[in-house]
Amino acid sequence: MSEEQIKNLEAQFEARIARDEKIEPKDWMPEKYRKTHIRQMSQHAHSEIVGMLPEGNWITRAPSLRRKVALLAKVQDEAGHGLYLYSATETLGISRDELYEQLHTGKAKYSSIFNYPTVTWADMGAIGWLVDGAAIINQVPLCSTSYGPYARAMIRVCKEESFHQRQGFEIMIKLAEGTSEQKEMAQDALNRWWWPSLMMLGPTDSESVHTEQSMKWKLKRKSNDDLRQQFIDQTVPQAELIGLTIPDPDLKWNEERQSYDFGEINWDEFWQVVKGHGPCNKERMKARVGAWERGEWVRDAAMAYAEKQQTRKEKRAI
Amino acid sequence: MSTKKNWPLWEVFVRSKNGLEHRHFGSLHAADAEMALENARDVYTRRNEGVSIWVVESKDITASNPENNGELFEPAQDKVYRHPTFYDLPDEVKHM
Repeated sequence: MSEEQIKNLEAQFEARIARDEKIEPKDWMPEKYRKTHIRQMSQHAHSEIVGMLPEGNWITRAPSLRRKVALLAKVQDEAGHGLYLYSATETLGISRDELYEQLHTGKAKYSSIFNYPTVTWADMGAIGWLVDGAAIINQVPLCSTSYGPYARAMIRVCKEESFHQRQGFEIMIKLAEGTSEQKEMAQDALNRWWWPSLMMLGPTDSESVHTEQSMKWKLKRKSNDDLRQQFIDQTVPQAELIGLTIPDPDLKWNEERQSYDFGEINWDEFWQVVKGHGPCNKERMKARVGAWERGEWVRDAAMAYAEKQQTRKEKRAI
Repeated sequence: MSTKKNWPLWEVFVRSKNGLEHRHFGSLHAADAEMALENARDVYTRRNEGVSIWVVESKDITASNPENNGELFEPAQDKVYRHPTFYDLPDEVKHM
């Protein structure tokens, strides 16, 4: 194809998206669209998969059967969400093995929030309430993104996600209503998860390199800072309701903006964690790669069995 | 040994209730059809989304190519006489 032909196709492509048409796997698409989607969708899938690790840590120690079934179901959902997203990413012409390889070698990123440790039971509450809360704010606009398989996967994810946030908030309510130690535990979890949750919504707009293109392709409908403001405005009253304090001395209602003003985010910490120097980056990758390697013989055995059955069936047919 | 052969990709179709058709839900990897069904149950029907599942290996699906959409689908566009609104009826005819 000549350069002019490509330019022409690109213009038609952009116009289709502007008209709110969806792009499907076999449609022509610019290489950059394909690459950007592989990057964002796989990063999203990896986050779901690695996101199971901090919570998996507490399944065996959940304080009641009610909490245990809920946490198990939630972690199972994360696995499901990872699988929806991986298979949606594969429609762009990359294999599952390549995607895993990128995660395991550190070439692909996942959400920085999962590199923080889960040290008490209250962290299960804080994660559901704050981390899933922030994730929902990020994900809802993606239900109408331009790439069909991604949008369809996100619709399913969003439907399932709201139980995650509620079960987390319920854990926080109960702890906040409990003994002074329990309330302290809830407050401590909020103190530790608040700022990472704000960071999770991405670098501030002036530092965000992909925003303009992503807006065009509807990979983003609102800027990171707008999403962050939305998250803060919706979460602060929830904390007040259960008698917990947001750990930000500069947090103040701004009557004029009808929004909360908030303190400075420690972006150095964010970039440190993104670059691999968070408290648990190494531990998470070790657990993930270890699980993959220890499962290899199972995958191979299942494949060998399937092939044996197939051969037998073919022999019988002769 | 077949050590480096990866589990193939399967497409999953789910009937959400009797009376409705099976609809494409997504895809997954599995060693064989039986495992694909079991995995589909876990991945796509955790909340009563289905009463019946079909799985088919993705490589067995033949799909039309969007590049041929013109020759495939455009001929239907100028055949307005295939639609009831093409035909003029007197106002007196109420139900037809």
